Amino acid sequence: MTLFLAGLGTCALAVVAALVISLERRTIIVALLGSLGCGLAFVAATRVLMSGRVETFHTSMVLPLMGVNFALDPLGALFVAMTSFVGVATLLYVVGYAKDELRSRSALSLLLLFLLSLLAVPAASSVATLMLFWELMALSSMLLIMVEQRRHAESRVAAQWYGAMTQFGAASILLGLLLLSLKSGQTFHDIRSHAAALSPTVRSFAFMLTLIGFASKAGAVPFHVWLPKAHPEAPSPVSALMSSVMVAMGVYGIVRVGNDLLGGGSLWWWIVVVALGVASALFGSLHAVTSVDLKRLLAYSTIDILGLVLMGVGCAGALAATGDQGTARLALVGALLLVVSHAAFKGCLFLGAGAIERATGTRNLDQLGGLIRRIPITTALFVVGVMSIVAVPAFSGFSSEWLLLQGLLHGFVDHSTPTLMVLLVGVVALALTGGLTAVAFVKVVGIGFLGQPRTPGAASAHEVSPLMHVAMGLLCLPCVVLGVAPGLVIPSLTRAAQTGLSRSVARPIKTGIGLSLGHLQGTIEPMLLLAGFFAVIALIVAAKSLLRRPARKVEAWRGGGDSLTPRMQYTATSYAEPLQRVFADVLRPQVDVEVTHAVESRYYEQSLSYESRVDDAVERLAYQPVIHAMTRAGIAARRVQNGSVHRYLAFGFIALIIVVVVLA
Amino acid sequence: MNINSPLAYAIVASLLQVVVIALGGPLLLGLMAKVRARAEERVGAPIHQPLRDLRKLFTKESLRARHSSAVLAIAPLVILGSTTLAVVISPLVTTHPLLRSSSDLFVIVYLLLTGSIAVALAGLDAGTAFGGMGSSRAITIGALAEPALLVAVIALSIQAHTSNLPAIVAATIAHPVWAATPLRLLALAALVIVVIAETGRLPVDNPHSHLELTMIHEAMILEYAGSDLALVTLGAAMRLGVLCALLVNLFVPWGVATGSSLLGLLVAVLFLALKTSVLAVAVALIEVHSAKLRLFRVPELLAGGFVLAVLAVVTGLVTR
Repeated sequence: MTLFLAGLGTCALAVVAALVISLERRTIIVALLGSLGCGLAFVAATRVLMSGRVETFHTSMVLPLMGVNFALDPLGALFVAMTSFVGVATLLYVVGYAKDELRSRSALSLLLLFLLSLLAVPAASSVATLMLFWELMALSSMLLIMVEQRRHAESRVAAQWYGAMTQFGAASILLGLLLLSLKSGQTFHDIRSHAAALSPTVRSFAFMLTLIGFASKAGAVPFHVWLPKAHPEAPSPVSALMSSVMVAMGVYGIVRVGNDLLGGGSLWWWIVVVALGVASALFGSLHAVTSVDLKRLLAYSTIDILGLVLMGVGCAGALAATGDQGTARLALVGALLLVVSHAAFKGCLFLGAGAIERATGTRNLDQLGGLIRRIPITTALFVVGVMSIVAVPAFSGFSSEWLLLQGLLHGFVDHSTPTLMVLLVGVVALALTGGLTAVAFVKVVGIGFLGQPRTPGAASAHEVSPLMHVAMGLLCLPCVVLGVAPGLVIPSLTRAAQTGLSRSVARPIKTGIGLSLGHLQGTIEPMLLLAGFFAVIALIVAAKSLLRRPARKVEAWRGGGDSLTPRMQYTATSYAEPLQRVFADVLRPQVDVEVTHAVESRYYEQSLSYESRVDDAVERLAYQPVIHAMTRAGIAARRVQNGSVHRYLAFGFIALIIVVVVLA
Repeated sequence: MNINSPLAYAIVASLLQVVVIALGGPLLLGLMAKVRARAEERVGAPIHQPLRDLRKLFTKESLRARHSSAVLAIAPLVILGSTTLAVVISPLVTTHPLLRSSSDLFVIVYLLLTGSIAVALAGLDAGTAFGGMGSSRAITIGALAEPALLVAVIALSIQAHTSNLPAIVAATIAHPVWAATPLRLLALAALVIVVIAETGRLPVDNPHSHLELTMIHEAMILEYAGSDLALVTLGAAMRLGVLCALLVNLFVPWGVATGSSLLGLLVAVLFLALKTSVLAVAVALIEVHSAKLRLFRVPELLAGGFVLAVLAVVTGLVTR
């Protein structure tokens, strides 16, 4: 525990350092201090993950009346380890990235404060501590979104949305946790030991309240509206932290409250979780396919993957609620592995998006193209993240989705009908999103990096600083390692998934380099598959080189035309148009076509403009009416408040009379 | 004649599978073209014509577009490599192929998906309108076929309590009744639709068309020539071969070698050739009698396949 506290302390020192050190050396020193803090926290967390021992700490010096409680158990340690790893990569990136607003005192100290609170949330072990760091996390990230507001006016709107949603979520979590701690103390230990005595209604009510808050942090539909606004507008290192680590805190919260504090719960809780997850997965993957803004696309894909994770957590909960603890743990390990690998690949992709924005000045896919020749290293690192997210075998996305699928598959053995239906829906969601995710990312790579550059900005792209590459490479590492040798982390993940489940069950997954499901039949050895793949490729290359016919460069086939201009290529919009049309009933795209006819004849067109826009239907249908109603209520309230002192005195007098009458 | 070492047997069997599919895939294409020609009262090219075409293409030099990157050169290796790996680990002539423990249905599905992604990227690499058009259409169809494929595969895995392919095939040989259960029949119907879509056959794609309005796969690989084209075409033919072979082995697994004798392997090759030929003739006859669907009618066909697959899972759960 000392090590973890030292890590937090070093991060706090970095926050202060960001405020006092002069500009030239500020980023380097702050990044070094922050990385040191993350490193200490990482060591402390891995020690807990390896041993399974719970470490606790309490002090009453910091918060008066309540004090601060920390406890590192395997579940919390997993998220601390993940956060600190992504944190180091982000800080490295910031040193290379920060030539602008992010280097200012306030921005840099806020970034470190954000990181500090992200590290502290999974280790908090009392309601007060959790809420303190939860709110610090929300506040610092909200201000960080606005760092570039001088250049991006939209970031103010994004921060408003985020602020409103996150406060709504935090209030909901606070209410839920207070409800649980009414009878007992406010530490998690007390809540845990008294939870069984609570009435089922209170338990369910409290779980639903916290679920709303945590699900909105995890970007679950319909609480997701802030996410595709806030993640793209924040500076890329902040987006990376938000999209890979902060959303994971929502998942952490659900597992902590549902599995650990309440010790399971009834089946219908988890059906709600699965429903939220499935809706998010489908909604996110469809919107990712049609998005044109690279960071917005990544944000929607975060909703998609986190939806799959919620689905996995929900299925695990449902299986546990019907008594199949072994399979429940298998599904939960799959979901946790997906969270961890999502943190790695989404972090890498967001950092890559930042590098592209830095290199070309835009993140609109329709204005990119041909980047593979201009910035080959960034492209290669970005593609590793892409291969992981589309679940190419022997990358981390594949191992985690495979494990999750096996958990669902083996849950089908013998269960009540509701559980079977839940599992069936989960499996179908996983199947539906797989292909859509592939389309979204083939689009990103094919339109953004291949072909000819579509704008001068893309044509003159230049490679970014090597430190940014190192940061991306650091995040590529888990993408490959967790894919090739997922067995290495399985014991730790099993310890983390153990929290709240019965301990008597045999280990569902055997330890080794690959994945093997003990008594259930199912194995993959990604390392052997990878070796086999490279052996086959080597044979083909050898056979081809025997022919001794080198390839010749020629002009691409022009279809009989004069020249091939970049505007003749497919764009991101046109690439996804067939799918947009297939899913038009769900996406409701708005398409405007304007045709100007030639003066001589109406059969000839002079010019044609085509505009296609896919809005967020949930925002339009569920949120806009509420916002309009509140605005109208505000305008109505203004009539009462007209600035006349006499009227205010009259209000005060009437209120006094009412109070007196009521009290009498 | 038996091979005593399991590893040596697995290596021999897997090599045999690769050879069988590398030759058999193009031959299946030739057979389908022949059936089509005969049904239209033409003589048609000999069945081994696709092999001759491949040999010719292999000896020609590759031409690559000036704007293209390494992706155009690497993609043929990836599609051929991933398909070959799928052939190596699948139970096509034996239930004990190489890397049997990793011969998982999901691994095969995602290996084939990796190949599709590589070709879709290659289509965009040269920056031409045709390549983008083919790539966009192919990936759309691929994305819509994926759910049907995965859910059908899950239906098969539920019945056998495992997603390990050799185990499923071996279990079907041991329980012949499984082959006739409603689950299997529904999954079979779904998989036939998926295989037709994934291999670009009519009514989804017309493999013989080079007309802008109708091309899908051909538009995507328009920039390829010479030995690169040979690799892509061989990859596509092997993909057809392995999908057909898996389909027949999952539903009519008899003849697949379960022991360790060399003779058994050879008999299995004959059985496989017979079974896939029957399937190919059936597919060819469907092709003769169907017109190509409009691109935006294809999703309805694939949605039908998806519904069949979901029904397969549901019947599997109900009739447990």
